[in-house]
Amino acid sequence: MPSVKLILIDYVIMAVYFAFVLGIGFALKRYMKSSTDYFLSGRSIPAWVAGLAFISANLGAQEVIGMGASGAKYGIATSHFYWIGAIPAMVFVGIFMMPFYYGSKARSVPEYLKLRFDEKTRGLNAISFAVMTIFSSGVSLYAMGKLFNLLLGWDYNFSMLMASVIVLGYIFLGGLTSAIYNEVLQFFLIVFGFLPLVFLGLRDVGGWAGLQARLATHSVAQGFAPTAYTQSWAFMGETTKNPIGVEWFGLAMGLGFVLSFGYWCTDFLVVQRAMAADSMTAARRTPLIAAIPKMLFPFLVILPGMLALTIGTTASNPTPTTAVARPAEVKQGIIPAKTNKDGKVEVDEKGKPVFDYDLATPMMLIHYLPSGMLGLGLTALLASFMSGMAGNVTAFNTVWTYDIYQSYFKKDASDEHYLWMGRVATVAGIALSVAAAYIAASFNNIMDVLQLVFAFVNAPLFATFMLGMFWKRSTGHGAFIGLVSGTLAAAIHHGISLPEGAKVGFKGGYFGVLLKPYHSELAQTFWTAIAAWTTCFLVTIVVSLMTKPREEKELVGLVYSLTPKPDEGKIAFLTRPAVLAVIVLALTVVLNVIFF
Amino acid sequence: MSGAGGMDVRKPIGLMFLIVGLILIGYGVATGGDPMYAKSLSININLYWGVAMAVFGAVFVGFSFLGKK
Repeated sequence: MPSVKLILIDYVIMAVYFAFVLGIGFALKRYMKSSTDYFLSGRSIPAWVAGLAFISANLGAQEVIGMGASGAKYGIATSHFYWIGAIPAMVFVGIFMMPFYYGSKARSVPEYLKLRFDEKTRGLNAISFAVMTIFSSGVSLYAMGKLFNLLLGWDYNFSMLMASVIVLGYIFLGGLTSAIYNEVLQFFLIVFGFLPLVFLGLRDVGGWAGLQARLATHSVAQGFAPTAYTQSWAFMGETTKNPIGVEWFGLAMGLGFVLSFGYWCTDFLVVQRAMAADSMTAARRTPLIAAIPKMLFPFLVILPGMLALTIGTTASNPTPTTAVARPAEVKQGIIPAKTNKDGKVEVDEKGKPVFDYDLATPMMLIHYLPSGMLGLGLTALLASFMSGMAGNVTAFNTVWTYDIYQSYFKKDASDEHYLWMGRVATVAGIALSVAAAYIAASFNNIMDVLQLVFAFVNAPLFATFMLGMFWKRSTGHGAFIGLVSGTLAAAIHHGISLPEGAKVGFKGGYFGVLLKPYHSELAQTFWTAIAAWTTCFLVTIVVSLMTKPREEKELVGLVYSLTPKPDEGKIAFLTRPAVLAVIVLALTVVLNVIFF
Repeated sequence: MSGAGGMDVRKPIGLMFLIVGLILIGYGVATGGDPMYAKSLSININLYWGVAMAVFGAVFVGFSFLGKK
């Protein structure tokens, strides 16, 4: 039951986009002469290009669709993912961590761990990261197939195949440079594709004031204060007063500190973009430049979700397709309820319908955009899926080639051999993603379990990097045992806790529910992360103190206290990383205050 | 030059936005007053957004010729 039909003009716009992404790959092919060109763009990317690629690689479907969904579920409080989450973390990685990533000449994040700690710590990180990138690329490919099937009635074998072949084409040819250039293109395309939704939606509901008024009704109906969906901090005092179901400490520590710093500061998918920058200053500026558009993203990706919640389905919508096929027209705004296989509306334990919030943003596209613009909007949606997949594949081929193949299979081959291996890994990475997508399609539960395991593996990482970079006494054994115990701590915490109203199983409680139930799943996630980080931090310190430290001279360039500070004397004042950082943080504070 | 040095990313991006912008302008002019614009609150969004995209694209292409970076 497709919701909308595309016409020729929409396909023309899509075709122009495909022609350009592949064209960029072809044009770059002749520059790919060494493995450094292929995996690190020959470290020649200007800061602004690396910066836009830095956020665009992450601007996959999880962000565009997921943040729209969260906007509909939690309202403006979703902006915490940006304003205390991503932005401070991006400033931190630019100012404090990039000197070691870039300065150490490590070719990947796991390789930094090898230089700083030892082979086993690198191996653990490289292997878990490689597996993770493949599965997340597969999960998002599957989500794309499902979404385009639902919206346009496209066959999902066809759409998954098409997207993977195009991504394969441009990465195979042009390596990381091609991925980065296309990410910049995709960034602008996503902005241009989604901005009209915000504009038209706000105009329709009577601006921000109109949206506040409409959400007040919704908020009261859910049992919150009238402004709980339009104020981000005011109701964070108690878990029961805000739609996220978490209090400020769990939010600031769990989301702000552990999860966001863990992702933005240690995930090779994003850090790789900065490592490709053309100088140390450019590398440090990359996340800071990225932070400026990033702090405005809530308006682009969260607002459509909030708007979707409040828009009447009857007014000014001539689309005739929805009338008959939908079961009972159960909707919240324009967000439809989930339906099960017999076409019945899914309900929760209390008998209330379960809404498919992931459709909030796509429904906005269909609701507001006429033919022509609709083609642009859907192309932007496709672009977001493709940039996410390309980000995963380029990170995978690098980690595979440098950290796994070169360290465990073939140590001293020629550079051409590794360049060849990179291309092989690209093809294999895409093929494995497609396989993962089909696994996701047939065994939903396996994916839930895997994503849970990945969350456990990722949660403690930031503690390891922090100690590695800022405490010269930390050792390889400490780091390795710390990471393993942090992951175990995450699993144990998750296993003894449960969100309210959830059943024992994937949601937790499999070791027996020992803790007071959390008010929401997010609160449980945040506290799981806090448990993992703290355990890893403490265990690493204790084990390090019991094991032999490395010689200080081996750690120059890898640890803060032993590395000369970068000289910024010659750079224009306003473009110095430290100055940029202060500007970025000040603007973020202003945004937090405006929506307090 | 290796890696990326040989190509200015602004050129392909600018060109693509210029082309898509012009397509939308053309389509917007051809469909002016069409009932489908009820969806976009009676705004000919194809025309206006097409202009915005074309201008953005032209500026990018312009910059790529000006600055040799």
